[in-house]
Amino acid sequence: MIKKLMGCLGEYKKYAILTPVIMIGEVIMEVLIPFVMAAIIDTGIQGSGGTAYTVKMGLLMILMALLSLCFGALGGKFAAKAGMGFAKNIRKRLFDKVQDFSFYNVDKFSTASLVTRLTTDVTNTQNAFMMIIRMGVRAPFMLVGAIIMALTISPDLSVVFLVAVPILGIALVLIVTQAYPRFREMLRRYDAMNASVQEDLTNIRVVKAFVREDYENKKFQEAADSVRKAQIAAEKIVLLNMPIMQLTMYGCIVAILWFGGNMVIGNTLAIGQLSSFISYITQILMSLMMLSMIFIMIVISRASISRIVEVLDEDIDIKDDTADTSLKVASGDIEFQNVSFSYAKKDDNLTLEHIDLRIHSGETIGIIGGTGSAKTSLVQLIPRLYDVQQGTVLVGGHDVRDYEIDHLRQEVAMVLQKNVLFSGTIKDNLRWGNKDATDEEIIEACKAAQAHDFILSFPDGYDTDLGQGGVNVSGGQKQRICIARALLKKPKIIILDDSTSAVDTATDAKIRQAFKEKLSDTTTIIIAQRISSVKDADRTIVIDDGKIVAFDTHDALMKSNEIYREVYDSQQKGDE
Amino acid sequence: MPGPGSRHSGRPVTKPKNAGATIKRIFSYMSGSKALLFLVAIGILISSSVQIIGTAFLKRIIDDYLEPLIKNYDASVMAAFAYAILTMLFIYLCGAAATFMYSRLMLRVSTSTLYKIRTDMYAKMEALPIKYFDTHSHGDLMSHYTNDADAIREMLSNSVANFFASAITVIGVFAMMVVYSWQLTILVILMLFVMFNVIKVIGGKSGAYFMKQQVALGKVNGYIEEMIEGQKVVKVFCHEDASKQEFSELNGNLCEAATNANTFANILMPIMGNLSHVLYAITAMAGGVLAIYNIITLGTVVAFLQYTRSFSQPITQISQQFNSVLTALAGAERIFNLIDEEPEVNDGYVTLVNANIDEDGNITESNTRTGTWAWKHPHKADGTTTYVKVEGKVEFDNVVFGYEENKTVLNGISLYAKPGQKIAFVGSTGAGKTTITNLINRFYDVPDGKIRYDGININKIKKDDLRRSLSMVLQDTHLFTGTVMDNIRYGKLDATEQEVKEAAKLANADSFIRHLPEGYQTMLTSDGANLSQGQRQLLAIARAAVANPPVLILDEATSSIDTRTESLIEKGMDSLMKGRTVFVIAHRLSTVRNSHAIMVLENGEIIERGNHDDLIAQHGKYYQLYTGMFELA
Repeated sequence: MIKKLMGCLGEYKKYAILTPVIMIGEVIMEVLIPFVMAAIIDTGIQGSGGTAYTVKMGLLMILMALLSLCFGALGGKFAAKAGMGFAKNIRKRLFDKVQDFSFYNVDKFSTASLVTRLTTDVTNTQNAFMMIIRMGVRAPFMLVGAIIMALTISPDLSVVFLVAVPILGIALVLIVTQAYPRFREMLRRYDAMNASVQEDLTNIRVVKAFVREDYENKKFQEAADSVRKAQIAAEKIVLLNMPIMQLTMYGCIVAILWFGGNMVIGNTLAIGQLSSFISYITQILMSLMMLSMIFIMIVISRASISRIVEVLDEDIDIKDDTADTSLKVASGDIEFQNVSFSYAKKDDNLTLEHIDLRIHSGETIGIIGGTGSAKTSLVQLIPRLYDVQQGTVLVGGHDVRDYEIDHLRQEVAMVLQKNVLFSGTIKDNLRWGNKDATDEEIIEACKAAQAHDFILSFPDGYDTDLGQGGVNVSGGQKQRICIARALLKKPKIIILDDSTSAVDTATDAKIRQAFKEKLSDTTTIIIAQRISSVKDADRTIVIDDGKIVAFDTHDALMKSNEIYREVYDSQQKGDE
Repeated sequence: MPGPGSRHSGRPVTKPKNAGATIKRIFSYMSGSKALLFLVAIGILISSSVQIIGTAFLKRIIDDYLEPLIKNYDASVMAAFAYAILTMLFIYLCGAAATFMYSRLMLRVSTSTLYKIRTDMYAKMEALPIKYFDTHSHGDLMSHYTNDADAIREMLSNSVANFFASAITVIGVFAMMVVYSWQLTILVILMLFVMFNVIKVIGGKSGAYFMKQQVALGKVNGYIEEMIEGQKVVKVFCHEDASKQEFSELNGNLCEAATNANTFANILMPIMGNLSHVLYAITAMAGGVLAIYNIITLGTVVAFLQYTRSFSQPITQISQQFNSVLTALAGAERIFNLIDEEPEVNDGYVTLVNANIDEDGNITESNTRTGTWAWKHPHKADGTTTYVKVEGKVEFDNVVFGYEENKTVLNGISLYAKPGQKIAFVGSTGAGKTTITNLINRFYDVPDGKIRYDGININKIKKDDLRRSLSMVLQDTHLFTGTVMDNIRYGKLDATEQEVKEAAKLANADSFIRHLPEGYQTMLTSDGANLSQGQRQLLAIARAAVANPPVLILDEATSSIDTRTESLIEKGMDSLMKGRTVFVIAHRLSTVRNSHAIMVLENGEIIERGNHDDLIAQHGKYYQLYTGMFELA
């Protein structure tokens, strides 16, 4: 898992290696400095060295400090480079991977979870990584270095460490292991609390309509209180860190002063050595503390890393590696040969069963069927948004799997039911259909989609900024822009999946009229709720529960098909 | 260690506008725990002092005991030495205990403060008018609960105590230094000057780059969100390569800004730490010279040196925490701004009461649920109170309304609904249908005197009571996390299981609910995602039914139920509407056909009105829509 991610280091690998190496330089200086300090006190001030020695050692120490400063600063700089570069590469890989996701892959992960993986999880990983390369080598080296120095000064006095280090170590491990599940619990409750705020926000009109403000307040107070309790439960464990650390440190200092003091009295230890010994103690205990923090970091980021790797490891199920690049879509013929389809990719859970269908180039085809009857599933197979479970879908006489995906989707335009506009101007959005479209082409497409007039009614016309998600236009206007966007592809086949549901009927009729006049060569497939939308189609497919029950003209269906007639009647009641 | 639950989002770092007032206000939230705060302060004082005193002991031990003892051993000095060590141990124990105590107490204070801020914010949010939610994005509101509240949490549980502890340590250490040796202190002051400049330069740069990083991060995260949200559209338009390229650019910018920001943050610590080593060396040299000439004692030099070591860390800490404190204050300011928003106007004084009506039609108030409701209308002028039976009579008198100034949505709407009538609104999107219903329940307010409910100006009716007397089934069906039972019960919190089931039957929801894995106890998650749109609408209808109000507003309540199912539930709908005043908005003309009155709206005006037959006879717009086999969207 970690190995997989390390591949993302790329060009930043050298910084990732240099950082700990340079840190070792800093550690060596830091470990040696107290030694020099001891020399200054013992030989320089107290002993025979005198002023000259003190100054000499002082200058040495300044030199060492400056060296250490350079090492530390360089290490910090390299760590930043490595950490941020690493994050950049992970983010890039994730984003590229998600861009390559097929519809099936996107369905598998939810949108929200993908966003978290690309944002929060990457940040967590980046922070942990930077910490590890800065401290992961530094802390153990510091620990070992300081212990060695302490041993050189006085092996006897070092016995103090033998007592202190295990005590602190055990305490830290206990704290970390105890705290981790509590933090997870706190996070869980915190997420639940925020989810309920989110829910309240989307439901605010219901809350107000039913006068449930007090009820919601009480609900939130409970959620907030449970977060508060969980936070106390988790943090009270972590809080122990400080006092325990102080206790150990103070204990060591007192012990060293007493035993070391006696050694000083017995002339087996110098005063300067005694004080440098205290410095080493600080270094040793601090390194332990640092190690425990690294440990916490690793544990916290593990979940994030595994979520990132999950995305990177996801198999993309629709590929066109074996496609024939010279093969072009020649016509708008569509044929389904014994097609079965399953979202779960299981033979016993079929959404579409044994579909046989022939649509001729240039035909206008309607599709009618209740919610969940698999209308959308059927048409999604044409631009190969999903692959069939069994059978073959042919476009222009060839299996859709033989075409290059980009080419196929260029020729088969689909206006999705749940459609999205992106931030930018209206023109930017329309250019998604054809990035080189001229203004004339854009206007023509918008006229056909009945969008031109309302676009011109905006002060900035085609340069109107839509805001994120197209918030500045109404639902019906959005749908019309989406249709124009698809038209700009100049496709051989265009599929409208309930794409005019928010457009008023008169406009809807105009759009269909424009299609008829301008796109007579284009195969048009219209999924609709309203019979009126498909009444003028050449033929209409009636689909029920994943099966085609009829495929004929309006008049014939009115005579022969009961479902069609029932839908018609339910919409036309009143024609007494 | 990143704070648990910290969600990094692209909110740019902004400086608080009025830090002083914000700090004061945060403290006012703690006023309930003044005694605890006092103890915390004492704890911090003890804990920080112990470190300083400990170092002072070092000097005493060296000067008073070790040096003399090296020269000649004396049992009484030795005993004093042992006593001093014990005292030191005791002081240290007190220090650790104080640390433990103050951090525990601070945890208590900070969590309950945060709790209060959160619940205050939520309560205010609940009281805000709908207009506020129209003009503020959910994302912005949510970030008050996540980013802003997190920043406060971070500050309260880490920064505040640390800040004070560090400050006390710095002051204390400095004081000790002056006491020990003014000569050496001058050196320290010079070095401090250097250190502060380093902080100023590096800290300033780091802050500036940090802001740049946040802006870049915001852009990257925004782009990620937008592209993933529209992933399927990206696929359909083969836009993958273009979006990869655009992302790569934003990502590169972020990397650059983040590298700069983190570089400066990373190097501050080693620079400060090593400058303190330089200070140490200089002090040692100077101190050594002074000691040799016996101007100060050896113990003083050792202790002074120890102090120089404990000087840089708190200074670094203060400078590092400065940024996060500013972020937290800015967050707190945003939260307080929300809390200071004007709540929904609610100055109505006519209230809804349970009532008994005797044979003569006299209405008396009742304390128990009678099934009959009345408006209790106190008259200020003469101090009398009259009761009006709640019947569901609704009048609009030339109502003009716009969501924004100079942009009217309704232009002089007048209508009259008798109790028990079904009034339908027909018209294209944006004609103002939903707006009319939003005015009846005062989601938005109109100028005085235009809308009357049972003859009472609705501005005089207490908002809660007004809304209680109306039930709405809205265009977008929103359900809550909880069981099916809970969701229906939302309409009437004390409804019995029997009442809930009856309401469900009325809405024709009972049969599908029974087919759910756990029946009425099935949990609905994330806005009822496991139900179809039609099923959710049926639940919403049941929810309105259980409330059993005199007036019912159905705003596209059946739009997602396919026409075949709709005809199945028609009977249920009819019995639901029976005896109530009903306002119906529908695309499907078949839904509104049997209304008492149909209003055809266009551009905020009623262009036709009458019952179905009248309108058909009029051969107007309605006739066109109806016979043109078009349906409105």
